[in-house]
Amino acid sequence: MSKVRVLVGTRKGAFVLTADGKREKWEVSGPHFAGWEMYHVKGSPADPNRLYASQSSGWFGQIIQRSDDGGKTWRQPGTPPGEPPAPGPPKAASNKFVYDTSDESGKALTTHQFYDGTQHPWEFKRVWHLEPSLSDPDTVYAGVEDAALFRSTDGGESWKELSGLRGHGTGPMWQPGAGGMCLHTIILDPSDPQRIFIAISAAGAFRTDDGGKSWKPINRGLRSQYIPDPNAEVGHCVHHIAMNPSRPGVLFMQKHWDVMRSDDAGDNWKEISGNLPTDFGFVIDVHAHEPETIYVVPIKSDSEHFVPDGKLRVFRSRTGGNEWEALTNGLPQTNCYVNVLRDAMAIDSLDECGVYFGTSGGQVYVSADAGDSWNPIVRDLPAVLSVEVQALP
Amino acid sequence: MIRVVLPQHLRTLAHVGGEVTLEVEAPITLRSVLDALEARYPMLRGTIRDHVTLERRPFLRFFACEEDLSHGSPDAPLPEAVASGKEPLLIIGAIAGG
Repeated sequence: MSKVRVLVGTRKGAFVLTADGKREKWEVSGPHFAGWEMYHVKGSPADPNRLYASQSSGWFGQIIQRSDDGGKTWRQPGTPPGEPPAPGPPKAASNKFVYDTSDESGKALTTHQFYDGTQHPWEFKRVWHLEPSLSDPDTVYAGVEDAALFRSTDGGESWKELSGLRGHGTGPMWQPGAGGMCLHTIILDPSDPQRIFIAISAAGAFRTDDGGKSWKPINRGLRSQYIPDPNAEVGHCVHHIAMNPSRPGVLFMQKHWDVMRSDDAGDNWKEISGNLPTDFGFVIDVHAHEPETIYVVPIKSDSEHFVPDGKLRVFRSRTGGNEWEALTNGLPQTNCYVNVLRDAMAIDSLDECGVYFGTSGGQVYVSADAGDSWNPIVRDLPAVLSVEVQALP
Repeated sequence: MIRVVLPQHLRTLAHVGGEVTLEVEAPITLRSVLDALEARYPMLRGTIRDHVTLERRPFLRFFACEEDLSHGSPDAPLPEAVASGKEPLLIIGAIAGG
């Protein structure tokens, strides 16, 4: 029988939750890296035992952790496990994220817009999202704050910026959202290894068709009342984007406000908020086998980051948007005021599609029937930042 | 032998407990001690000082012999008691909640 492994990043450590294909009885491992902010933990599609984790702290900065045994043991890439390394010149640093300032490709990448509209230099703060390659366990992408995309091809031992993203000219117009100016979404196109989608708060969505050398904004159709030009090419606070791998040209987006859809790989977007009670939110995801079935968790507003009416409801559309149904079976429907952050929903690929999400209140919920009913796997973790799931043989 | 006391999270990263002892060639300064610490424990690079500028991370402070050494020159000699190993260099996280 298949198994699932759920990787949970929280404000105070990481947790690994495992169960068989029924997804009823769970084993909980953790906290790993107790006391650290774990923005993201994700496994390699090419080697499910290879996991990457982003560990960070306001005191000690960024750490990258890697596991080669499915989360049982971890180490910083490039340093031996367990014992201190022998004296000598330090090896390449797995936590060294240095922006490209070279004459040939990085010279023009100087400042972005600060909260008050003034220009501000790029300063590395943390890794928000790690996206392992679909085919090579040693290749992994990192989306960072201040917004940029890095890539490692040596299992996380060293990182190099794909500076073409910041270099296409609109960088000075990017600005931080409430959580910082972060590159939080990375989607690799399974049908085209040269195509990558990313999203930045608050700059918008971008796409490369040449493996990361050059990028273009893909925000036509987005409309944001909170920026000077609501239809601007960049500046939109895109919260998350999701894709079903069987239809890589179809993208679904949860923007700051508005749920959006593109049928042409991001070239054009149209709103599909329909009958949602509010179209502000962070997460969005797509059913593993039904590419027109999508999930969101509406949040009351940009100034009240909790679910509306004290009810935790996942909304599902089986029509690719516009027509939404509330999924409430097993979820609290009174006095609930949690948030669900942008990377805190995941979908498994078992025949009976599983849906998972984690809350700011420390609950991780699972539905083993595509959202019809829900159960908490754990109720009292630290605030959940990210949830990923792996289906294992 | 120079003695260094690390904050708890960095002890975990470096797989050490209690104090770290280091052989450091003179002159004994913050820079030479941190250079030796990072050479011995490369996993600490970037966690105490910025990778590129080598400036102290804002939420960390350095103390020794009841003195705050956080804002002095990294090339100033450390107190004799630290250089002789009588007293440790303390690396401390700022009290900023947590």
